[in-house]
Amino acid sequence: MNWEAVIGLEVHCQLQTKTKIFSGAATAYGAEPNTQADGVTLGFPGVLPVLNGEALRMAVTFGLAVGAEVAERCVFARKHYFYPDLPKGYQISQYELPIVGKGTLDIELDDGHGGVTHKTIGITRAHMEEDAGKSLHENFSGATGIDLNRAGTPLIEIVSEPDIRTAQEAVAYLKKLHQLVVYLGICDGNMQEGSFRCDANVSVRRKGEKFGTRTETKNVNSFRYVEKAIEYEIQRQIEVIEGGGKIIQETRLFNPDTGETKSMRVKEDANDYRYFPDPDLLPIVCTPEYIAAIRASLPELPEAKRARFEQDYGLSPYDAKTLISSRELAAYYEAVVKASGAEAKLCANWVATNLLGALNKIGKDIETTPVSADALAGLLKRIADKTISGNGAKDVFEAMLAGEGDADSIIKAKGLVQITDESAIVKAIDDVIAKNPGQLAEYRAGKDKLFGFFVGQAMKATQGKANPDTLNRLLKEKLAG
Amino acid sequence: MSLHELSLRELGDGLRAKKFSSRELTGHYLGRIGQHDKALNSYITVTADRALAQADAADKVLAAGAGGALTGIPLAQKDIFCTSGVKTSCGSKMLDKFIAPYDATIVQKLDAAGMVMLGKANMDEFAMGSSNETSYYGPVKNPWDLERVPGGSSGGSVAAVAAGLAPIATATDTGGSIRQPAALTNLTGIKPTYGRVSRYGMIAFASSLDQAGVVARSAEDAAVVLQAMSGFDPRDSTSVERPVDDYSSGLGASLKGLRIGLPKEYFAEGLDPGARACIEAAIKVFEGLGASVREVSLPSSPLSVPTYYVVAPAEASSNLARFDGVRYGHRAEGVHTLEELYKRSRGEGFGAEVQRRIMVGTYVLSHGYYDAYYLKAQKVRRLIYDDFRRAFGEVDLILGPTAQSVAFKLGDKTDDPVAMYLNDIYTIAANLAGIPAMSLPCGFHQDLPIGMQLMGNFFDEGRMLNAAHQYQQATDFHRRRPKAFA
Repeated sequence: MNWEAVIGLEVHCQLQTKTKIFSGAATAYGAEPNTQADGVTLGFPGVLPVLNGEALRMAVTFGLAVGAEVAERCVFARKHYFYPDLPKGYQISQYELPIVGKGTLDIELDDGHGGVTHKTIGITRAHMEEDAGKSLHENFSGATGIDLNRAGTPLIEIVSEPDIRTAQEAVAYLKKLHQLVVYLGICDGNMQEGSFRCDANVSVRRKGEKFGTRTETKNVNSFRYVEKAIEYEIQRQIEVIEGGGKIIQETRLFNPDTGETKSMRVKEDANDYRYFPDPDLLPIVCTPEYIAAIRASLPELPEAKRARFEQDYGLSPYDAKTLISSRELAAYYEAVVKASGAEAKLCANWVATNLLGALNKIGKDIETTPVSADALAGLLKRIADKTISGNGAKDVFEAMLAGEGDADSIIKAKGLVQITDESAIVKAIDDVIAKNPGQLAEYRAGKDKLFGFFVGQAMKATQGKANPDTLNRLLKEKLAG
Repeated sequence: MSLHELSLRELGDGLRAKKFSSRELTGHYLGRIGQHDKALNSYITVTADRALAQADAADKVLAAGAGGALTGIPLAQKDIFCTSGVKTSCGSKMLDKFIAPYDATIVQKLDAAGMVMLGKANMDEFAMGSSNETSYYGPVKNPWDLERVPGGSSGGSVAAVAAGLAPIATATDTGGSIRQPAALTNLTGIKPTYGRVSRYGMIAFASSLDQAGVVARSAEDAAVVLQAMSGFDPRDSTSVERPVDDYSSGLGASLKGLRIGLPKEYFAEGLDPGARACIEAAIKVFEGLGASVREVSLPSSPLSVPTYYVVAPAEASSNLARFDGVRYGHRAEGVHTLEELYKRSRGEGFGAEVQRRIMVGTYVLSHGYYDAYYLKAQKVRRLIYDDFRRAFGEVDLILGPTAQSVAFKLGDKTDDPVAMYLNDIYTIAANLAGIPAMSLPCGFHQDLPIGMQLMGNFFDEGRMLNAAHQYQQATDFHRRRPKAFA
């Protein structure tokens, strides 16, 4: 009864540099095994690491984005253990003096009543390190294959404070962090390829008591798995304790097929990593000027952008949240507003609903959209200046998606230009009234519903091209007599 | 005079004057290696074909009237430097079959200067030793007395140069591995400032202490090759971006006004009276050349050896972790588990001294011991550095012994690691502080060479080399050669 979970997350985030953290070998995913492994990657005798300046810049970028202190002096340390996919017998990481100190990340949680609550999660630190290679256990007839393409890929490990209390909070934190690193352009965020990986430290306690013994669940590589793994682990620990047992400090592995976690190794088997400062790399000094230059080049962060969208464009929180979900989408939206001169809300509807819906259907995203922001703006311009009706616009948009050309040429080809010439509309109305004296009489006798009938007839007479507002106004006048 | 008696300047002049070709010169040295190296064991690998091809290329350059001071001149490379296509063993069974896929920066530089590599010089395994007895390829003999050690770890380099099997050789120095063997074989050996010469491609022993240099028959010879090796290397984060002084052209300066400090701790108990007499005589020579001499104190120097034997093994245990039998190097046969692969490959591939240092290093970095050993050693290291900072506020150079005595007999200290470690008592401090230091011949005791050590301030190699050169202009110890290898 009254159990509470205490959760801390360690996120390994691959930095999307072109080359490795300490050498010029490429970092692209999916190459033939060991084709992106130079002498440094392979840990050959005599080779030396040289820090990739881009990796440092990205780590500093992250620190500034979470409001953390960026260390003026940070140190790389060697973390020792033997494993075949770790070529040097040590990983170059950071230990006592990491690049990024304490920061925070605000998360938003569903309050269960259709609203949201906010919570601030502390970030303990973030440090730079190199990724290891991969062991391939399939197709080697009993032997293990080693692929060192990934070895040396730059990572930042982001460690949270034990501020998280539920699996839902953990997922909200991860999603927020994921959005942020992608926004910052420092990580491609691809969880399937392992660009963004999470280890979860979980313990439980009775409310008010001190921290319980924690377990670490490794490499849970989707938001869904994180949620399941944490929920399983919380439940398991509660059951162990309530059954009179004790939690042992250990590393566990999540099995997505069963939704369970399983013990991998206990603490007694853990390595003594024998950290010490790497003598091949001098301490890294970040001057205030260097940090200021990176601060000045930070992109607008998601929260700031959302507030600005609500304020400047008068968008609902929901629309704003949708439109800022990625930097590309937000940029697309702003380009549409600017180029079309149309109402910001109209633009929001079209981008958030029509465009995203259509893209979803054809399996594309905002970066591969067949309708550019300029093209969509061309269409919205015609809605704004009443050249076409809203319904007409949907047809034009379909045609644009199908690659039939720009809005104006499609409107022309399909003859969708609205009739705004009042005399032409008046003529059509006069004809309809003249042909339907009975309905006119009924309408004038008080059967207001017949107004719709007249609209329909008049629209038909103009092949649907009459501007609806103009038609309505003129029809009202005429029917009134 | 025979070709192997000529200085580098004389060789360069002769090549340019077409008195002999690089092919003839190289052939002469290869012939001497064939004739004498069975007795000395100074080379692990002789690269005759490669050398002759390089010599022919150098001859073409010379024929065109091009090339520099080193074009066509042979050398031996210590087998710690990676040489592409050639076995780079580091004196270890672990790398007995290792053919480096790339060249060390200094190999590239000396190749580019037109030098001809005769082969790879023997050395203590992974440069761990002071007698060259830990080499997988067997001990190297001292050309002055084949029953004695040449010193280490650059024992092959010094034996080859002292016996005229190479006009000059590269070497490395982590705690004295250039200076002590140079002293024991009557050579001039210089370890420059840490960061002056690139470590890229030099197999690491203790990264914060390792520095490459040369062993030569004179300061003048050393100056020209050191200059060609030195300079910033973007592939080595610890190399220093600072122009290299012109060491050779600085060799004419007078020593008038040069302030030489004699550290009193270096003349205390332990120094052989025979060695002391030679060094005291050398001090008189320097005074005669216009230098002033005064006593200085390096109070932390008694802590050098224990500090070194924490820092160096710690770094070594880490640097040698990569030799795991997985990607290259020795791999044990018939293993069934990963742990067995590691244990047996490393157990079979590393010799006893290397294993001892890995164990010591692993211990001092272990959880619970790190602060007491490694961290403490780093603090003491700072004190040693401060000693030199203070001393160089008062003097320009520091002079003292290189080794406690003359070369000892093979096998004398192999069973007593601590006695072996004390060989480096005078040389280690320069590595811990990062300052340049050299050894040069200053006399003989019991018909065996005695070396004296000069230490300079950071990047003051030029001043140090000039002082050595002026001394060598006034003396002839450095010209003496072991009779058996005339």
